[in-house]
Amino acid sequence: MAELVAVIASTHHPFYYRASTATGEDRPPFADEWVRKVEAFRETLTKARPDVLVMVGSDHFHQLWLDNMPQFLVGKAPFYDANWYNEEREFGLPRMLFTGQEDLSAYILREGLDAGFDLAFSNELRIDHSITCPIITLRPQNDLPIVPIYTNIFAPPLPRPKRFVQLGRTIRELVESWPADKRVAVIGTGHLSLELGGPRQFGPHGPDPEFDRKAVEWISSGDIEGCLSEVTLDSLHLPGNATHGFMDFMLMMGVAGEGAKADHVDTYDLFHTMEAYFTWYPNGGVA
Amino acid sequence: MSKYLLNKFLFTVDRDPDLVERYREDPRGMVEWWEAEHANRLLSCHGGEASTWLRFEDAEREALAGHDYPKLFELGAHPFLTLTLFIAMFERDHEPLGFQTEYARRLAHMSMPYPDIAT
Repeated sequence: MAELVAVIASTHHPFYYRASTATGEDRPPFADEWVRKVEAFRETLTKARPDVLVMVGSDHFHQLWLDNMPQFLVGKAPFYDANWYNEEREFGLPRMLFTGQEDLSAYILREGLDAGFDLAFSNELRIDHSITCPIITLRPQNDLPIVPIYTNIFAPPLPRPKRFVQLGRTIRELVESWPADKRVAVIGTGHLSLELGGPRQFGPHGPDPEFDRKAVEWISSGDIEGCLSEVTLDSLHLPGNATHGFMDFMLMMGVAGEGAKADHVDTYDLFHTMEAYFTWYPNGGVA
Repeated sequence: MSKYLLNKFLFTVDRDPDLVERYREDPRGMVEWWEAEHANRLLSCHGGEASTWLRFEDAEREALAGHDYPKLFELGAHPFLTLTLFIAMFERDHEPLGFQTEYARRLAHMSMPYPDIAT
């Protein structure tokens, strides 16, 4: 059977690439510390020596659109092109190409359907910065095959938070039952409090530092029940109008498991939003 | 209410570099052209299979033609789509992050709960 060697949850700040590669006067004052934190985070994945990456993210109205909107979608393709014109335009992100782990995609689709998740699929998926940002931060050499999984945190009606947690648990079960001699890491990205296109956007901090503090505590301590007791589709409007992306963190808490304390926790308070990085080693350490 | 059509406009323009520039330079003419030629286009289908029923309400058409992003917010257009497209058009005219902070300031009168964006 495959081994789940790391579970990683992260924000996906699209400005990291530009900030970290800028030089001279163009380099923002927060870049050096940001790079240091990201490189320490990267090491937590490197140490796990994964063969395959399951990548959980959310399409930002790039390929998935309101005329045909899936709630949960698994990519099943030999390759994935990545990043879109408007991401190059706004964030300076590069075009990328990924290799797909198609047999794991097929396994997750078949077994996921049988486990009660009516997963949509795509055989030609161009992925966006919710998945490319963590590759840039965690695996910039981009040398591992991936299985992309998209969630709808964007276009209501959305699945409820509990459903994200349940899908995370199921993804873990499926990875651990995949009959392949592979080391798998599951990496998912979301947001803490975030406002986009509203009056609280682009402030000196994230729009709700108190929510961020509680969120980091829930995630780092694996307090799924505590998180579920306070977080609802309605409550997520309050910390910022894009905070439903926090449900991808809840999905990753489901992968990590109830009560699972993160082995690596780091945050970085930036303008606009707080960065947050978490790594769990499910088997108690890096073999 | 045709929030879906508002979003369809923002979505289809934002992903096309030529349309972004046309919308910046001639918003009213571009919105009228788009509504006549593209509002009913079923994406990824040829023109013979266009829809027949989609049109803007007057307030929606005026908000788009006036580049009135606070009004689009009030009408329930998806804030991410509006923000991304308007950054593409107007960030270039401001200091870094200047447009984004002005955008927030122009929406400062909005309070929770924000307009419903469900389509």
